[in-house]
Amino acid sequence: MAAAFSVARSSCGLINGLRTSLRGLAPLKHGAVAASVPGTGLHRGCRRYSVGHLSVKERVDEKRRAALVGGGQSRIDAQHKRGKLTARERVQLLLDPESFVETDMFVEHRCSDFAMEQDRNKFPGDSVVTGRGRINGRLVYVFSQDFTVFGGSLSGAHAQKICKIMDQAMTVGAPVIGLNDSGGARIQEGVESLAGYADIFLRNVLASGVVPQISLIMGPCAGGAVYSPALTDFTFMVKDTSYLFITGPDVVKSVTNEDVTQEELGGAKTHTSVSGVAHHAFENDVEALLNLREFFNFLPLSNQDPAPIRECHDPSDRLVPSLDTIVPFESTKAYDMLDIIQSIVDERDFFEIMPNYAKNIVVGFARMNGRTVGIVGNQPKVASGCLDINSSVKGARFVRFCDAFNIPIITFVDVPGFLPGTAQEYGGIIRHGAKLLFAFAEATVPKITIITRKAYGGAYDVMSSKHLRGDVNYAWPSAEVAVMGAKGAVQIIFRGKENQAEAEAEYVEKFANPFPAAVRGFVDDIIEPSTTRKKICRDLEVLASKKQVNPWKKHANIPL
Amino acid sequence: MAAHGLPPSLSRLLFAVKYGSLQSRCCALHSKAQYSTVHNPGEKTFDKILIANRGEIACRVRLLDTLINFEHMNSHTCKKMGIQTVAVHSDVDSSAVHAKMADEAVCVGPAPTSKSYLNMDAIMDAIRATGAQAVHPGYGFLSENKEFAKRLAAEGVAFIGPDTHAIQAMGDKIESKLIAKAAKVNTIPGFDGVVETVEEAVKIAQEIGYPVMIKASAGGGGKGMRISWNDEETREGFRFSSQEAASSFGDDRLLIEKYIDNPRHIEIQVLADKHGNALWLNERECSIQRRNQKVVEEAPSTFLDPETRRLMGEQAVQLAKAVQYSSAGTVEFLVDSKKNFYFLEMNTRLQVEHPITECITGLDLVEQMIRVAKGYQLHHKQEDIPINGWAIESRVYDPYKSFGLPSIGRLSQYQEPLNLSNVRVDSGIQEGSDISIYYDPMISKLVTYGATRAEALAKMEDALDNYVIRGVTHNIPLLREIITHPRFISGDISTNFLPEVYPDGFKGHQLEADKRRELLASAAALYITAQLRSQKVLGGLRVSSAPVECNHWELCVELGDGRHAMEVTKSGDVFTVEVDGGTVEVSGQWNLASPLLPLTINGSHRMLQVTTHTHTHFQLRVLSKLAAELNSYMPEKVPEDTSSILRSPMPGTIVAVSVKPGDTVAAGQEICVIEAMKMQNSLTAVKQAKVKSVHCKPGETVGEGDLLVELE
Repeated sequence: MAAAFSVARSSCGLINGLRTSLRGLAPLKHGAVAASVPGTGLHRGCRRYSVGHLSVKERVDEKRRAALVGGGQSRIDAQHKRGKLTARERVQLLLDPESFVETDMFVEHRCSDFAMEQDRNKFPGDSVVTGRGRINGRLVYVFSQDFTVFGGSLSGAHAQKICKIMDQAMTVGAPVIGLNDSGGARIQEGVESLAGYADIFLRNVLASGVVPQISLIMGPCAGGAVYSPALTDFTFMVKDTSYLFITGPDVVKSVTNEDVTQEELGGAKTHTSVSGVAHHAFENDVEALLNLREFFNFLPLSNQDPAPIRECHDPSDRLVPSLDTIVPFESTKAYDMLDIIQSIVDERDFFEIMPNYAKNIVVGFARMNGRTVGIVGNQPKVASGCLDINSSVKGARFVRFCDAFNIPIITFVDVPGFLPGTAQEYGGIIRHGAKLLFAFAEATVPKITIITRKAYGGAYDVMSSKHLRGDVNYAWPSAEVAVMGAKGAVQIIFRGKENQAEAEAEYVEKFANPFPAAVRGFVDDIIEPSTTRKKICRDLEVLASKKQVNPWKKHANIPL
Repeated sequence: MAAHGLPPSLSRLLFAVKYGSLQSRCCALHSKAQYSTVHNPGEKTFDKILIANRGEIACRVRLLDTLINFEHMNSHTCKKMGIQTVAVHSDVDSSAVHAKMADEAVCVGPAPTSKSYLNMDAIMDAIRATGAQAVHPGYGFLSENKEFAKRLAAEGVAFIGPDTHAIQAMGDKIESKLIAKAAKVNTIPGFDGVVETVEEAVKIAQEIGYPVMIKASAGGGGKGMRISWNDEETREGFRFSSQEAASSFGDDRLLIEKYIDNPRHIEIQVLADKHGNALWLNERECSIQRRNQKVVEEAPSTFLDPETRRLMGEQAVQLAKAVQYSSAGTVEFLVDSKKNFYFLEMNTRLQVEHPITECITGLDLVEQMIRVAKGYQLHHKQEDIPINGWAIESRVYDPYKSFGLPSIGRLSQYQEPLNLSNVRVDSGIQEGSDISIYYDPMISKLVTYGATRAEALAKMEDALDNYVIRGVTHNIPLLREIITHPRFISGDISTNFLPEVYPDGFKGHQLEADKRRELLASAAALYITAQLRSQKVLGGLRVSSAPVECNHWELCVELGDGRHAMEVTKSGDVFTVEVDGGTVEVSGQWNLASPLLPLTINGSHRMLQVTTHTHTHFQLRVLSKLAAELNSYMPEKVPEDTSSILRSPMPGTIVAVSVKPGDTVAAGQEICVIEAMKMQNSLTAVKQAKVKSVHCKPGETVGEGDLLVELE
């Protein structure tokens, strides 16, 4: 990892991070050994396959044996020493036992410059393991970059292998999971490698919205390479051992004179809490892969499939009495939206997406009576649950994923409005807020909305309101649907008048309740909070056959 | 898992300690627990009572059916008696069970007790506004406040408790001891004056009888205290104590009194009317205490013989009569190993642990208190008071809070073991309640009853195993450990029981090898069940599923620091697990949504609780053999340094700052409150630490990212 970038720092331009070292065998500060060509002798025994007197079968066996050890035992040991698993170990742990079917084990790189054509610089399978397998019986295509072969660097052959399984995944209709651990481009191959990246990017884009694509960053991923994960639906990271950045710390230092560590610049913490690039971070490789299996269970295989329904032990008509008291009487007091979500969904099992980024909105997957649903909720506990730039973008992307893959959306609303201020206006809250509005309005999957308390102003409209084709919109008795809070409203309506307090009381009486919305049919019913789970499960049952089509268009023009 | 907010991943299952044998027992039902007196509807008492309390006792006085399910035992006293009830509550308690349960509820002020439940002006206003004719004070708060009783009397409102002079007389430690002595109640023998010389000390010690306690007159905190078993130790102790007293308190005066070795705390319930009749309702043993807080109580005591019981009862009644006591009260005694008993103090109110007396005598004490307050004579004669069966009470509380640390979170799940017979739960909370930081940490009182002590204890074990509490910490593991401890079962207890048995504090249940195997096997079986369930995707699939056909697994379970390899085979519903050189068979109804998991392990019934609550006990992590092997390559993680700096998450106004430099804060404790967007946001500490500096004050406007508080 460090090795790759330490070499990359030296020279020009945009694609610095794409490079990797060929000869950088020097041990570096993290104790990492740079990817490099194996010296003589190490696996000489394994490399006799070119010798003519062997039968084809023997040669096949030799190659297979060689492919299984990748860059050789010493590289494998170095990988383990860094607390990382090898590409094959990762695939083995991710997939059901014995379900992996490998493709392109015999593919080798085609570079002939810089002595790359020599036998000792050829590795069957090159620096990536690809194939298909099963997760809990369900089909998935996988590629796993092998850091032990040339630092996982991307050659033309490497890219071609990835493209092949992506094409297959598209024709069959099954998700693609990428396990990224690569120093960057194979510099020896030059533009061939760049072409490889572009081939992958194109397929990422074409597959977007057709099959779910998940990236798990398990090592370095830098330069142009970062755009493949960025184009996929979900990017997960491993804490302490994975990095994502356009340029490494050395280039940053030379260009902007900032001192920053790899971890600060592009570690898991940065991307899950500051930049919002990654959706979740896990403790280590094993944790990450096991959690990815759990996550995969929520997803349909493609846009042709309905949201999966797993066997459910939690009664769909379960009442949740604790919800009747969860919203505090004082409308200025906070509560935890996660408490509501967890007590409503099956078995309190909620897979939160981006739990540490824009915490004023909560998004994630859960199940209702076994069926996968996407949950969006304002979080009154953080920044009063307001909508700002980051939370709008976070929400919008999640809603669009759900819509693309037929996952019903359940929205819990307690929103005091959009966050005012110069920072927000200069940052373009109008444009970014519009994304969330766009996403909810455009979505044609079943949409169920529950207003738990505040639904003020434009934010009310945005949060999956009836007006944006909400299928079922409920209000709890504590709901307040209004243009704004009583105090502000009274100051405008009765400007300069006396008896402000009286006017405020009148406003509260008139608007700080669910009736104005209910009498107009903007909410379908005012329900007891304890019955919420039961009602949602029943509605989802009916909405399973929902059919709604947007007007034909080449594609919509979401305000990016 | 919980650490990064993930759902309860099936790769890691956490089990609570509540793991004990639930052998099927013959549970004879008892109708004896029924109150022996049937309420007489013709006997008019009050139309409306105000209950000046909160929590379980406020509910107890009003009690609802849902909180109590003792066989035939019906203790919703006021409801039963046709009395309307008025609850008082603080603003944070407005949706508390006691407030919702009452016919009327009045808010008497903000959360701090001094401004609400102890606010006599507000409570008097509530009485006037609602027209309540009487007040039941419960325990704590205003229950032993003579001023409150006086103010009620002045307005012609009945106080359901003793008269003010009895409250006053028993409220003063010295005066109560003198009154007790005069009433011929055994008091701790001692020399009331100051001891001048060594020889005088020896003489007095001989008169009192060894062992004696020599202590500083001005003393406290154990300083200047010596226990002496003979003359020689007395001489020595006198010298040391007077030196220590002089240096510690600047006062070398000493007292000598009888030292009570390994005392038991046994108390007598008394009941008296306003016509000079008084009864003793047998004893309660409350020796299991932690820092003077009672933990487990039982009635009757294993220690008393009928003669001692009678003597104690008669002395208690003598004392009650001496102060013209009316209503229910409790006379507390210390009892030494030779069954000598000594008066400690008298509590002029209903005690927390009164339900166990109700269980064995069949009297509804609250009903009797109301009758007495109205001026009725007692129905019963002393010979009518029985001891029927045995009752145990466990106080379920939040141990963090009882150490002054605030509890984090709310009761996300809460299920009382009311499906069992002969179990009574007095609680004032329900699922979703907050265990407020302002009040007592008690969650509930769990009472079980049986014809014999063994039966009541067995029932208690069942009840604790079936009690589901999630979201706050609780002491159920400790309670279970106590009631199954051989010393407790044999009745060999004293007030030193907890410090002796757990000198370094309770560290959680220690598993024996076979129990550990059972736990590991259950975890493995649960893991596999969940794995198999993940393959069960319903509905027609476009791409067919290829589930793994398997009935043999190799797993590795991590428990604490240990790793246990195991092989599991499944045939039908039975899992056979080979682990740690033993074979365990596990079967059960695997409901993955239920917090309770009743299993059959090697033929006996076990109750497991599955939890994601990391505060509790056994954390097990089940991995496939492969994952476990690969796990050995994973790096050791150094715990992350949780930030010591609290910054404002958004622009706003500081409403309150709850800490000052030098304070120690616990993780989750509120540090300050910011108002922004018309919402109050509570900022909390992420770790336990000392406050280094505070950079904000109430009323101040802060910007996003401004430094508010630094921790050390």
